[in-house]
Amino acid sequence: MTDGFSSLTTSAAGTGDAPAGTGPAGTGFASTALASRGLTKRYGSGQLAVDGIDLTVPAGSVYGFLGPNGSGKTTTIRMLLGLIRPTAGTHEVLGMPMPDAQAEALPLVGSLVEGPAFYPHLTGRGNLARFDAADRTARRATADARIDRALDRVGLLAAADKKYKAYSLGMKQRLGIATSLLRPRQLVILDEPTNGLDPQGTREVRTLIREIAADGTTVFVSSHLLAEVEQVCTDVGVMRAGKLVYQGPLAQLRGRGGGAARLLVRTRAPELAVRVLGELGLAGVAQAGREVTAELGALLPEDVCARLVHAGVPVAGLETPRRSLEDEFVELTGEGFDVD
Amino acid sequence: MSTDTSGGAPGTGARAASATQPASATNPASAAGPVSAAVTSTAAGPASAADPAPPADPAPAAATSPAAGRHAAAVRPRLDRPGEELPAGANPVPAWIRFFVSELRLTFGRPRNLALLGVLAIVPVFFGIVFRLTLSSVNGPGGGPPFLNQLAGNGVFLALVVLTFTLSLLLLPLSVGVVSGDAIAGESGLGTLRGLLTVPSGRTRLLFVKYAAIMTFSLVACLVVCVVSLIMGLILFHTGQVTLLSGTTVSLGSGVLRVLVVAVYAAVAMMSLGAIGLAASTLTQHPVGAIAGILVLTVASEICDQVQQLSAIHPYLPTHYWLSWDGLFRSPVDWTGAEHGLVSFAVYAVIFGAIAWARLTSADVTT
Repeated sequence: MTDGFSSLTTSAAGTGDAPAGTGPAGTGFASTALASRGLTKRYGSGQLAVDGIDLTVPAGSVYGFLGPNGSGKTTTIRMLLGLIRPTAGTHEVLGMPMPDAQAEALPLVGSLVEGPAFYPHLTGRGNLARFDAADRTARRATADARIDRALDRVGLLAAADKKYKAYSLGMKQRLGIATSLLRPRQLVILDEPTNGLDPQGTREVRTLIREIAADGTTVFVSSHLLAEVEQVCTDVGVMRAGKLVYQGPLAQLRGRGGGAARLLVRTRAPELAVRVLGELGLAGVAQAGREVTAELGALLPEDVCARLVHAGVPVAGLETPRRSLEDEFVELTGEGFDVD
Repeated sequence: MSTDTSGGAPGTGARAASATQPASATNPASAAGPVSAAVTSTAAGPASAADPAPPADPAPAAATSPAAGRHAAAVRPRLDRPGEELPAGANPVPAWIRFFVSELRLTFGRPRNLALLGVLAIVPVFFGIVFRLTLSSVNGPGGGPPFLNQLAGNGVFLALVVLTFTLSLLLLPLSVGVVSGDAIAGESGLGTLRGLLTVPSGRTRLLFVKYAAIMTFSLVACLVVCVVSLIMGLILFHTGQVTLLSGTTVSLGSGVLRVLVVAVYAAVAMMSLGAIGLAASTLTQHPVGAIAGILVLTVASEICDQVQQLSAIHPYLPTHYWLSWDGLFRSPVDWTGAEHGLVSFAVYAVIFGAIAWARLTSADVTT
């Protein structure tokens, strides 16, 4: 929380000056960019898509909103943005109650919901101009410059005058992100921004997220692929079947269940290694081919290595693999992440 | 509408702190003290509009700004950039017009819609030539259908003949049906609706802009038919004084004027159909469904209008008054039919406009 707080450096004058005016409630400042209480959506069919989730997205954070496909991420995002009416619960965007204050809150929020959607017969530039024109608070006088800048940030300036239908999937995705950058934002919500992108494109999106966040903007990014967001997130929320099963700083999640550190030895004499490790009193010694694993317990890996070498084990490699974040997620979500 | 008009003031009021920067003109009245309130009144004026203000790099802005209390931190530096945004509520009309112009560009820049207008422009040319050839072969007045005699008398009647054909042969209703049925459903189908709503455009505002564009298209479509018809009529047939249905003659100018009034009347009829199409458009995410629905409705209404046994409901049919402009070609002008028609069109527009509004403002946008 404090991280986000301090990253929001400001040019606003001292506290005695005019209120920051972030909301009718006059809160002036929201330390949470997004907050929900008991947010629930039950569709007409009776399907409970989102089941009473309490989101807290610290201002200034990069929040990874994770979960398998169909776990309710997009429905949640649609509710947060006022596209879908919640069945129950309340939520705030930048400290402003939704949906009452959406006319004030949403201009400060850039979003890409469920993939890019644009007019195929318009150019990239024309599409951005269209969305900018729909914004009553955006100025015509600065539109061209802002559109060029947004296109430049996502690397589409060269293709600005190509028709959208001629864009590749990666370019479409980037144009979607450009829309969210048309104006200075306090919060950017990106729903599956890397969907359909090749590894190169995925890396570009990650870089872009880092850049956006570096400006102090809160980034809320959803994904069903943990690895895509793991490197950029400071905080995560994990959805499973409509419920928020975990929420908190990424580091905390990493630490979860990390108590039992493991040891992995690679050697061409695995049987010998097994025996030595057993003599050392390590628990859970197991052999798989030329790899031997065991629970490190209280011992230090360098000491174990010395004993192995001393006992004549030809150690080709020795690691203390951290319990992977992926394992945590599989545990939290109860299933593997899709591999598409 | 409440969420639309309640003023983006607090939202963009995030620039309240810009008093520390040269162009504090962007201060919103609601969030600022008396000083900036005074500035705001000028902010809406041409001075700020003329401000070129290319987006400056955010870094210097942040660097030059005074170290501020963290509790104002919700204001991000770049929001304070001068000239970045319109002070919300200060000058809503241009923003509205800008959105409307964007909508018009979308409507009239679309190849499909231009093709529809093109067809409407070709129809009078086609009919004009066919009638001209028919007249030649019939050899003098009295031979062909009654409207041919009027045509032989004066070319301005070509516009009325063609307008009647395009209305009853569904060409005009089809064109307006395509544009109106596509209005919301098309955005929904493309997925651009969620983009517009999260901008946020405002749902009610979006609906008004959409309907304004439909009205404009209706007017343009009817004018295309009538103006091309007039030109063809004046080229191919007799001109000069116009003999009205009541037997009296008026000047050519008066005849042309009456035709243009009829064009506007037909346009209003199409606007009312457009409201029905707009309502249908909010009910589906498939434009084709909305367009088909409106055409089925039109055909059903026209059929019912022909069935004598249903004469009790005839005045309430949406298509009943589409051709009620005879009175305009009498002297003195008899407005009765047109007045009934305008009331009927207005009632349909209000009812279906309300349906469209109720639906769009409450619907979950899931595409």
